[in-house]
Amino acid sequence: MEQLLQLFVFIPLLGFVLSLLFANRQEKLISGVAYTIVGLQLAGLSVFIVSWLLHGASILNLKHFVFYKEDTIEIFLDFYFDKSTAMFAFVGALITFLVLIFSKYYLHRDEGYKRFFNTVLLFFFGYNVAVFAGNFETLFIGWEFLGITSFLLIAFYRDRYLPVKNALKTISLYRLGDICLLLSLWMSHHLWHENITFLQLEDVGLVNSHINEHYGFALFTITMLVISATIKSAQFPFSSWLPRAMEGPTTSSAVFYGSLSVHLGVFLLLRTHSYWESVEVMKVGIIVIGAATTIIASLIANVQATVKTQIAYASIAQIGLMFIEVALGWHNLVLVHFAGNAFLRTYQLLVSPSVLGYLIHDQVFNYSPKKYDTKRTFAGKLRNTFYLLGIKEWNMDALLKKALWNPFKRVGKMFYFMSSNAALIVLSIVYIAGLVIFSFYETLPPQLDETLHLLFSLISMLLILIAFVERKNAIRAWGIIILSQFYCVLAIALLNDTYEYGEIALYASGLIIAAIVGSYALRKLLIAERHVSLDDFYGHIYHHPKLAFVFLLACFAFVSLPFTPSFIGIDLMFTHIDKEEYLLITMTTINFLVLELAVLRIYARLFLGPHKKQTHPIAYRSS
Amino acid sequence: MKKEVFDEHHVLHELKHYLPTQTPLKDFIHHNSLHAFQQMKFYDAIFKASKIFGYQVTLPLVDFRNLYQIGRIDNEVLERVIEEKKGKGNLTIWKQHVINKNYDEHNAQRVGLLRANWKKIYQIELDNLIQPFLFRVLAGYLDQGVSIWDFPAGNMTFLESIKWIERESFTSFFKTAKAKKLLFQNDLTITDLLKIVVGKEEYFEQYLFDQQFSHRGWSGMVATLEARPDALLSPKTISLNDLIIFELLLEIDHLENELGRKWKPLCESITQEPIDLFKEVANTELHEVLKIWQDAFEWSYYDEVLAGIQQLSKSKQNPETSEPVSEVKSFQAMFCIDEREDSIRRHVEFIDKKSETWGSPGFFGVEFYFQAEHAKFYDKLCPAPVTPAYLIKEYDVSEKRNHDILYTNKTHQLISGFISAFTFGFWAGIRLVQNLFKPKMSPAISNAFAHMNEQGKLTIENKNINDRENGLQIGFTIEEMTTRVRGLLNGIGLKSDFAPLIYVVAHGSSSANNPHHGAHDCGACSGRPGSVNSRVFAFMANHVEVRKRLTESGINIPDKTQFVGALHDTAADEMEFYDLDVLNEVNAKSHLLHVETFERALDLNAKERSRRFASINTKEEIKKIRKAIKARSVSLFEPRPELGHGTNTLCVVGNRSITKGLFLDRRAFLNSYNYKLDPEGSF
Repeated sequence: MEQLLQLFVFIPLLGFVLSLLFANRQEKLISGVAYTIVGLQLAGLSVFIVSWLLHGASILNLKHFVFYKEDTIEIFLDFYFDKSTAMFAFVGALITFLVLIFSKYYLHRDEGYKRFFNTVLLFFFGYNVAVFAGNFETLFIGWEFLGITSFLLIAFYRDRYLPVKNALKTISLYRLGDICLLLSLWMSHHLWHENITFLQLEDVGLVNSHINEHYGFALFTITMLVISATIKSAQFPFSSWLPRAMEGPTTSSAVFYGSLSVHLGVFLLLRTHSYWESVEVMKVGIIVIGAATTIIASLIANVQATVKTQIAYASIAQIGLMFIEVALGWHNLVLVHFAGNAFLRTYQLLVSPSVLGYLIHDQVFNYSPKKYDTKRTFAGKLRNTFYLLGIKEWNMDALLKKALWNPFKRVGKMFYFMSSNAALIVLSIVYIAGLVIFSFYETLPPQLDETLHLLFSLISMLLILIAFVERKNAIRAWGIIILSQFYCVLAIALLNDTYEYGEIALYASGLIIAAIVGSYALRKLLIAERHVSLDDFYGHIYHHPKLAFVFLLACFAFVSLPFTPSFIGIDLMFTHIDKEEYLLITMTTINFLVLELAVLRIYARLFLGPHKKQTHPIAYRSS
Repeated sequence: MKKEVFDEHHVLHELKHYLPTQTPLKDFIHHNSLHAFQQMKFYDAIFKASKIFGYQVTLPLVDFRNLYQIGRIDNEVLERVIEEKKGKGNLTIWKQHVINKNYDEHNAQRVGLLRANWKKIYQIELDNLIQPFLFRVLAGYLDQGVSIWDFPAGNMTFLESIKWIERESFTSFFKTAKAKKLLFQNDLTITDLLKIVVGKEEYFEQYLFDQQFSHRGWSGMVATLEARPDALLSPKTISLNDLIIFELLLEIDHLENELGRKWKPLCESITQEPIDLFKEVANTELHEVLKIWQDAFEWSYYDEVLAGIQQLSKSKQNPETSEPVSEVKSFQAMFCIDEREDSIRRHVEFIDKKSETWGSPGFFGVEFYFQAEHAKFYDKLCPAPVTPAYLIKEYDVSEKRNHDILYTNKTHQLISGFISAFTFGFWAGIRLVQNLFKPKMSPAISNAFAHMNEQGKLTIENKNINDRENGLQIGFTIEEMTTRVRGLLNGIGLKSDFAPLIYVVAHGSSSANNPHHGAHDCGACSGRPGSVNSRVFAFMANHVEVRKRLTESGINIPDKTQFVGALHDTAADEMEFYDLDVLNEVNAKSHLLHVETFERALDLNAKERSRRFASINTKEEIKKIRKAIKARSVSLFEPRPELGHGTNTLCVVGNRSITKGLFLDRRAFLNSYNYKLDPEGSF
C-alpha cells in the first residue's frame, strides 16, 4: 500500500507536464487535461482512503528516492499518510477539481488561459508534495512550489500595477516562512544527526528525551516551525497579505486563499504536533497567536466594505480558532473545521460577484434606515477606535514594512557605495584572492580562517542587500547578486573542512548556469530596449514574452527551486554551518531571504506591470 | 483689482465636468466618458481627450494594419478615404504613410505630470501611501450594507464624520499632529491646504486635476453622488470638496511623517512651468493616419451593409424572388430597438410570414417609477435623463422572496463563522457541485422575470389626481395614457393595418455571477428589465376610453385588436406573456399558435447565438442548444451569459422593409419610423 503513495504526487506532476504541451487557443484540451488528471487523482484517492480505512487506518511511510548520500548526511524524498494527509489531500483534490471545471468556462478567451491551468496544476503538485511529505526536506520542496505558484497567480494580470506589487508583497512573506522552515530543517539536522522523518517524530519517548537534552535548540526549531505556519495561515501579525493576495482570477483566489494554501499552516502544526506537544510554552504560544488572530481578524472583518476582503478576514479568524484547537489536541475537530471552512469560503469567493446584486435586491425589500448613535460614551469611543483600527488593519502592513523590510533597505542604502564599478572590481579581486587562500587551505592559521569566513559572509550579505535597493541598472543588480552568491559559497567552504569540492560543485553548477542564462536575457533586453532600469515597473513582457520566461526560469534556478542541482547544494551548504555559528547562520539566512526577493524584484520591475510604452490599452494604476 | 489666479469654485466645477459620471451599479447607465468633449468635432474631441487624460481612443496602429492585411479593411475604400482627405495627387505618399511608416505611438498624457515630481524629487510615492487607506475610508463611509459595522456617525457629512471619529476615538486617521490640527481648523478650504502642499496658485488647478484623475473612478462617483444623492438607497452626504480636503490632509500627513522638515511646497523645488491642461492639441501626422484608418474601417463595414440593403431592395422589386406581402396580418410585435432583438425579429418574421415586427426604445414611451410589492424603494423605468412624475405600484403578490444566507455577511463573524463551517460549509460544497453539473435558478441569480410578479396587479390607471405619493402621481389619467400611446404609434408609424394581436415585447437578461448584469438589461429602462413597461403600455392601448380618444386623433384601432405585454429574456432565450385573461376568445386561441411561433423563433435565436459561444456546440440538436443557452444564464461560472452590446455597430431608423430579411448579425439598432407619416418631422 505504501508504494501507492507516490502515485498521488506523480499524477499531478504528470498533469502539469501534459498541460505544457498545448497552445493557448486549445482551451478544451488544456482544461480537459487539467480536470481529467485532477479527477483521476480524486477518484484514486477516494478508493485509496476507503481501503486504507478498511485496513485499519495505520500510518503509512514510504522512503522514496535518495538524492544524496554521504556518511552522516542523507537527503531523500519521503512520503507519509495519516488521517491529516487523508483529509487535506481529499479536500484539496475535490476543491481543485471543482474549481478547474469552474475555470474552464470562467476564463474562456483569457489571454492567460494556458498559463492559468499550468500554474494551478503546478500548485496542485506542490500542495500534494507538502501534504504527503514524510520529512522536512520533502515538505520544503512542496512549500517552495506553493510560494512560487502563488506569486505567479497573484500577478496573473501581469500588465497591471497592483497585482504585481501585491504579488511581490506576498512572496516576500512566503519567503520568510520558507526560510524559517529551512532553519528548522537545518537545526534538526544538527540535533538528530540525521534527516528525521515525521514517522520518527511519532515516537514520543524519543522526542521527549531529545527535547530534554537540547531544550534551547529544540525550542528554536519549533519556534521556526510555528512562525512558518503562522505566515502561511496569515495569522497575526502576518495577516495583511491575504486580502492583498486576492488580485488573481477569482477562481484561483478561491483555491489558494479561500481554502487550500491558507490552511497549510494548520497542516504544518498537525504534522509536527508530536514534536511540540510536550513543550508547554510553545503550546501556550500557539494558543496566544490563534486567540489574538481570531479576535483581531474578526474585528477587522466587521468593517470591511469589500466582499472578498471580508471573506478573507472571516476565514483568518476561523483559522485562528483552528490553531487553538490543534494546540489543545482536538485533531479530529480541526480536520472537520478545516474541511467546512474550506468549502464555505471557496463557495463564497466563487459567488462573490453576485453578492452585490443579491444585497441590492435585499436592500430594496428589507431596508430600514440605519440608526447612528452619536452620543458621547466610552463604549462608543471604543467602538470608533476598533472601527478605525480595522480600516487600518491594525497597522499590520506598515508594521511589517517598518520592522522587517526597512532595516534591510537601510543597510543596503548605507553600503550602496559598494556597487560602484571600482568597488566591484576590488571585490572581485578579493574574491579571487579568497579562492587562492582556499586552495592553500591546509597551511592557513585557523584564526585567519575564522575571520575570513565571517568577512566573506558579511560581504555576501551586504552585496545582496545592495542589489535589493539598486534602482538604476538591472544588469548591475544581477551581477552583484551573482558575486554575492559566490562569496556565500566561499565563506562556508572556508569554514568547513568537510565541505567537499563535489558538494560545492553541486551548488555552483546550478548557480553558474542560472547566472549565465539570466545575464544573457538581460543583455538581449538591453539591446532591444536600450535601458534596463529598475525605478519603476516596465512591463516588457508585452513585447518580450519569451525573454521574460527565460529570465524567470533563471530566477527560479537562482533561488534553487527544486529543479536544479542547487537545491541539494543549498541543503548541504546549510548542513555545513554548525549550530553554534550564530553570526554565520544569521548572515546566510538574511542572504537567502533577500536573494529570492532581489531576483524576483528584477523580474517584476523589468517584465511586469503596465507597459511603459503606452501604445495599447492599459489598465489604471488603481485597478 | 487683482484677478484671482485660482478660483476654487470654478476649478471644482471643471473637475466635476471632466470626471466620469460614475454611478453606483444599482442603476446601470451607458455612459459616455468623453461627454465633456462632446461639443467638439469627433476627431478633435477624441485626440484632445487622449492627450489630456491618456485615454486610448482608437485601435492601435498595428491592429488597423492587421485588419487591412486580413481584408477587413478594404483596399478600395482605403484609397477612396485617402483621396477624399488628402487629394488624388497625394494618394501614393499617404498610402505609404498609412501602411508602412513607423510612428512613435507613445502618448505622453498631460495629466499627472506635476504631481509626479514628488517621486522624482523626494522619492516618495504618495499614491501608494495614501490611496489604499483613502479608498477604504471612502468605501466604508459610502457602504450600503456589505460591511458588518456601520461607519461611525455616517449620518453626518463625510468630513464631519471624519472629525467625529477623530475626536471620539483613541486612535487617529493621521500620523502627525500637523494634519490633525488642520482638520479642526475653522473654515478650512482647499486653497489653504494647497498653499501648504503646492505653494503657488498658478499650479493649483493642475495639481488638483493630477490628484483627482489618479483615481478618477472614485472621484467621479463622489462628484455624481454630490449631484444626485438619491443614487444611493442608504443616504450619504459627500462632496468632491470633502474628498479633496481629506486627501490633501493625508498628503500633508504622509509628507510630514516620511520627510519631517525636509520638504517644501512642491512648486518651490521644481523648475517646471505650470501647464494649461486644456490648451489646444497639435494635429500630428499620426492623428491623420489614424483618422484615415478609422474612416476606412467604418466605411469598409458600412459598404457591406449598404450592399446588402441594396441587394435586398433589388430582390424585392424582382417579382420572381420577392415574397408576396400578405394583406392579412397574423400578429404584430413591437420589440426594443436593441441589437439583440434584431435576430429574434428576423426569426419571427421568417417563421410566420404574415407577422410583422416593429422597433421602439424598450420603455415604450411610458415613463414612471415602479414599486414592487413590499419594496421600500422605487425603480426608475425609463431612460436615464428622463425624470418621471408617475408611480406604478404592484399589489396582490402572493409569492415570497427567498433568502440565501451564504450571500450575506452573516457567516463572517466569529461564532457564526464557526457554526457555519460545520453546517453551511458542507452544504456549500454540495451546492457548488450541483451548480457545476446541473445549474438552476436561485435567489442569488439576477432573474429578469423576477423583476415584476406575473400574477401581481399594477396601479396603472389614475382615477383621482390627488392620489399621490412622495410627489409622484400614482398611475396615468386617461388623457396621459392617450398621449403616450399616440406618441409611440406615431413614432413607429403604426397607424393603420392593425393585426388582431399586437405584442409589446420588452427585454431583460438573467445572469448569475456578474455585478454588471444591469448592462445586459434594457438601457431604455435604466438598466432594468422592461416587463412593467410592456404590461403598462398594453393596458393603456387596450383601454376603451383611450381607444376612443385615439380615434378622435385619427388612429383607429379596431375593437378586435388587442395588445399583449411580454418579456424576452435575452440571456436565457425565454419569453413570458402578461394579462392573457383580457384576450377575447378568438385572440386567446390564436395566441396559443403565436406562442408556438415565438418558441420556434427562440430556438433559432438560441442557435444563432450559440455560434459565438465556446461552451456550446452549435451543430447540436436545436432543443439541446436551447437548453444549454438556458443553463448558461444560471451558471455561476458564466459571467457572460450573453455578450451585451459588444457587437453594436449600426443604427437604422426607418421602415422595417429596408432591413426585413437581411442578416445584420445582431449588430444593428432598429428603430421603426415612417417619414411619409411625418412630413413636419414632429415625431
